[in-house]
Amino acid sequence: MMTDPGLLALVALLLPALSFLVLAVAAPLRRLGRPAAWFSILCAGGSLAAAVQAWAAGGDDVSRLLWAWLPAGGGTLASVGVLADADSTLMLTLVALVAFLVQLYSVGYLSDEPPPGLGRYYTYQSLFAFSMMALVLAPNFVQLFIAWELVGLCSYLLIGFWYQKPEAARAATKAFWITKAGDVGLLIGIVLLWRQSGTFDFFELRLLAEGGALPLAGLSLITFCIYLGAVGKSAQFPLHVWLPDAMEGPTPVSALIHAATMVTAGVYLLTRTEWLFALTPEVLAVVAWIGAFTALLAAVLACVQDDIKRVLAYSTVSQLGYMMTAIGAGLAAAGFFHLLTHGLFKALLFLGAGAVIHAVHSNDLSHMGGLARRMPHTAIVFLVGTLSLAGIPFFGGFLSKEEILGAVWAGGFVGPFLLLMVVALLTAFYMFRVVFLAFFGEPATAHITATVGAAHAGHPHDPPASMRVPLWILAAMSLGVGISSTMAGQMLQFGPAEREGPAWLMPSAVGVALAGILLAWLTYQRRTIDASSLAAAFGPIRRAALARFWIDDIFEGGYRVGLLGFSRAVGWVDRYLVDGVLNALSAWTLTAGDDVRGMQTGRAQDYVYGVAVGLLVLLLWVQWVLA
Amino acid sequence: MNGLPLLSVMTWAPFVSALVIMFGARHRPRLVRWTSVVGTSISLVASVWVYWTYDRVAAGFQFREEIALVPSLGISYLLAIDGMSALMALLTSIIIFAGVFASWTVKERSQEFYALLLVLVTGVYGVFVSLDLFILFLFYEIAVLPMYLLIGIWGSSGQIRPQGIFGWAMGRTGVGTKEYAAMKLTLYLLFGSAFILVGILALYVANGSQSFSFLAFEAMQFDSTLQTWVFLAFYVGFGILAGIWPLHTWSPDGHASAPTAVSMLHAGVLMKLGAYGVVRLGMGLLPEAAVDWAWLVGTIACINIVYGALSAMAQTDLKYVIAYSSVSHMGIVLLGAATLTTNGLNGSVFQMFAHGIMTGLFFALVGLVYEKAHSREIFKMGGFGSMMPGIATAFTIGGLSSLGLPATAGFVAEFLTFLGAWTSDHPWWLFPGVIGAFLTSIYVLRVAKQIFWGPKTDDPHFQHLPDAQGPEWAALGILVFVLVLFGVVPSLAVGPVDTFTGPFLERLVGR
Amino acid sequence: MSLQAYLTLAAAVFCIGLFGVMTRRNTIGILLGIELMLNAVNINLVAFARFGGDVTGLIFTVFTICITVSEAALGLAIVILLFRVRRTVTADHLDLLRG
Repeated sequence: MMTDPGLLALVALLLPALSFLVLAVAAPLRRLGRPAAWFSILCAGGSLAAAVQAWAAGGDDVSRLLWAWLPAGGGTLASVGVLADADSTLMLTLVALVAFLVQLYSVGYLSDEPPPGLGRYYTYQSLFAFSMMALVLAPNFVQLFIAWELVGLCSYLLIGFWYQKPEAARAATKAFWITKAGDVGLLIGIVLLWRQSGTFDFFELRLLAEGGALPLAGLSLITFCIYLGAVGKSAQFPLHVWLPDAMEGPTPVSALIHAATMVTAGVYLLTRTEWLFALTPEVLAVVAWIGAFTALLAAVLACVQDDIKRVLAYSTVSQLGYMMTAIGAGLAAAGFFHLLTHGLFKALLFLGAGAVIHAVHSNDLSHMGGLARRMPHTAIVFLVGTLSLAGIPFFGGFLSKEEILGAVWAGGFVGPFLLLMVVALLTAFYMFRVVFLAFFGEPATAHITATVGAAHAGHPHDPPASMRVPLWILAAMSLGVGISSTMAGQMLQFGPAEREGPAWLMPSAVGVALAGILLAWLTYQRRTIDASSLAAAFGPIRRAALARFWIDDIFEGGYRVGLLGFSRAVGWVDRYLVDGVLNALSAWTLTAGDDVRGMQTGRAQDYVYGVAVGLLVLLLWVQWVLA
Repeated sequence: MNGLPLLSVMTWAPFVSALVIMFGARHRPRLVRWTSVVGTSISLVASVWVYWTYDRVAAGFQFREEIALVPSLGISYLLAIDGMSALMALLTSIIIFAGVFASWTVKERSQEFYALLLVLVTGVYGVFVSLDLFILFLFYEIAVLPMYLLIGIWGSSGQIRPQGIFGWAMGRTGVGTKEYAAMKLTLYLLFGSAFILVGILALYVANGSQSFSFLAFEAMQFDSTLQTWVFLAFYVGFGILAGIWPLHTWSPDGHASAPTAVSMLHAGVLMKLGAYGVVRLGMGLLPEAAVDWAWLVGTIACINIVYGALSAMAQTDLKYVIAYSSVSHMGIVLLGAATLTTNGLNGSVFQMFAHGIMTGLFFALVGLVYEKAHSREIFKMGGFGSMMPGIATAFTIGGLSSLGLPATAGFVAEFLTFLGAWTSDHPWWLFPGVIGAFLTSIYVLRVAKQIFWGPKTDDPHFQHLPDAQGPEWAALGILVFVLVLFGVVPSLAVGPVDTFTGPFLERLVGR
Repeated sequence: MSLQAYLTLAAAVFCIGLFGVMTRRNTIGILLGIELMLNAVNINLVAFARFGGDVTGLIFTVFTICITVSEAALGLAIVILLFRVRRTVTADHLDLLRG
């Protein structure tokens, strides 16, 4: 048995790569659909096993495997390899787990997909699993960036999986462009850092940073640029606009990429380079404030959505803001912890929502209702996820949320702390709004009859076992993490003791969450508070939120008017001015030729005259002028 | 060396097959094609062999062949190859090999078409492997001139509405027609080659009219004034072919009008001749001037990158988009060279290779799409992804490479160039470069979304279109494979190039 | 006779030929004019060879005569072809190269 975590992690990394290569090259296998799916799932399962072992074997050891990748000046400029330590193997396990469960779930979810489409889906999924793991295990910035872009590519491909839908095609490119805008920052940051330090390697950089050998001048710019990459990928304000639109992809994709793994890459990056950011506290303050603002903005937006996936998408943005705030407050470990628990319960929520959508054939909350009785399994696991997200004790997100709030308070960020408390209220509110609207209350039978047809009318039911099993596993894990962390309390202790929150923090946070639940219950279940009067009370904010605070419009306008308009102007200048000068020159040449062409009479004797006269002139010139 | 003159074999194999085609394959189109395949595959094998057996430890010029031609003037047939030219020769082989397959369906006068194409390729190889500047210039002209016929006869015309203050001139010159494009391209390039010739002769005279050998020139220290203006002559002369702003306007019209294989070859390889000339002759022979004028070369390269990308975004004709993207990407090549750093120069040469392959792929794809759909109007097409998945996938991979996505060759090239830019004397060059890469992602994905990965149009012409077939797969497969291979294992290319960069820079900047 | 006399003769013949070339309207006449001019040159060459004591001029003259003959043959062939096609051998009408 291998016990080196690095080698195990490498196995975990290479299995999805193998799956991708086989599916990409062997077109006949890919077009079969289901066999391709099972092959990919098998590889993902193996990868999960290896990842778990790597995590278990690792402990506090750090294992580095490096291969030279890019030469320069006779030496090696950049390497690729595996950096397996406690954080990366834990994250690797999460990625492998969610990837495996999502792939398993997708077999049922995409059962209507034609076989070639299914094959294509699993090819992309395998590529994603590989790229995400390569990102997690990256030993240096170069590999990190490579994998970073590749996961962006997979996101693009999978959002646009149903590219025949105009919205999906649009959302895919939008997601790519906006994250790419952030990546420009990351790339600049990496290049700048390389000049400052002469290396890309995390290990060497950390030694430099902690030894004080890294010049501090200009370092803020570098960390800010790196942070920009995280802003794009982890959907921080103002680049968060792509994530809600990304929900046009299949739901399992949203669960994997846009909830549990890829969008957390930014948080992971900042966690990985915590020692670097620690040198630039001013950037960290920006990270905290933007994180908290993003959390609030997204939470407000989530309250007004009618599309179940969009609620979850905004909630993801909001939770990413939470994690970022923790990092900004200087306790990256708390953010990372929340990343892990959030990965579990948000994947659960998305897969649960997927089960609902699969049954009801609609994303719209108003088309649901009373589903708890018809889909008990789904309802229970969804509730577990919701309670985790709301931060109720004994559920997954409880302790990680406390940690973040404590860290932010202890870090002296009172403003962000208050924002986050409001977000906690709103989170509980909007999530329970979904629960009450979808699973309780009256069934919206009219819609179901209309879309599913008379045979299935009013009979949405729980999904098949291949979809149920992943749900239960995730629910059990969310609960398990929640119970063990709540009971043990101090077991999962991160950071020094003085970063602990004050004693009043935990009760008040739970209280806020319960208040949110109560409000949702009064509004959407008991109907004591009229939903429309609640809406009226927040009229302007609500209208602004429905318009997504016009942020999307600003981007849209900047793109259509600013960029495309400017490009058209440049194109015009090129065609009609730069090239125009040339055309004018040639036209003048042609005109001049026209003017003098009369001299060519075409009669041979005229030319002889010319020659004779020329000769004569030449002779005279030689005779008199030169002599 | 094992006795076989590999470089000559590589260079002349296409020429010999052109002769065979002209005299032995009249009215036998299949024979024409297979002769071309054989000729170009001989070159391909030779260039792969040369590339593979090139001794990286010894570095320098290898596989030398020398035959004195005109001893009294110092002209000799001197061929040799180093890390940079070996990569360029490999690029040429791959592109022409794929190009032969991509033009399989040329109907009209295919015999003459293939013959001219192969003659042209001989010229291209010749430029890359010659070390005698007289011979190099000769090959250069051979590479440029057949273009006129290839575009003028087999090209395609478009329509461009006259506008603006120079609108009156456009009708007069016939903008948009293939004859116009062919004439513009040829005149522009000949204009450039006049500068080159003058530059070469000036060096020859300054060297005492002894020899045209590159090595002899390299050993000389020319005085600063001469260096300055000869460098500028080389920069303008070769730069025109490399598409430097504002002398780039032949490129979009020329590439858009040219038939598929010619666009592939021209954008893929001939533009590299220009960049190669600037680096090899301009910077290699005139080190002092190269350092003095780096700011100009780099700044114009930055303009190229951003301006080319914005112009590409404004186009509605697919071929023009690709053509302008070449203008933008050639900017990266020259930017890398102008940084005068190891990484920058490695990136520059690697970008020549990467861009050659990707743009070859692009033009092959545009040709295929046009052949199936009979349209190049981006905004009239739509939803081809489900009908031609192979072409769509290849286009996406090419596009991703052109926007610098990792795991394709484009990323490595751009990344190295950016590293070089930031460590050069003009760090701000980094920003136009990065912005250019971002703009590329916008116009490439916009096109990909419109044509392939979007909803279908209602147009009845576009309802049943076939995917690529037979020999066309060969062209696409080779190019995609190379693009990904060199992106995943960049040391394949950067390794040999690095052996060239070190000594080259040492001569230039003494480090 | 002195060299001068030969040269004068050659100059005279040359001028007559040139005059013929410039003024004749008939193409055959022009060809005859050209022959005269070439022969004037031949006289010069032979004269210089004789007085300079160098055979190069004589050899050159042989070349010139050969060329003159082929030129006359070609020229006449062209004139005949032209006549067939255009039905005229008048130089003024032959202006296909007009700009």
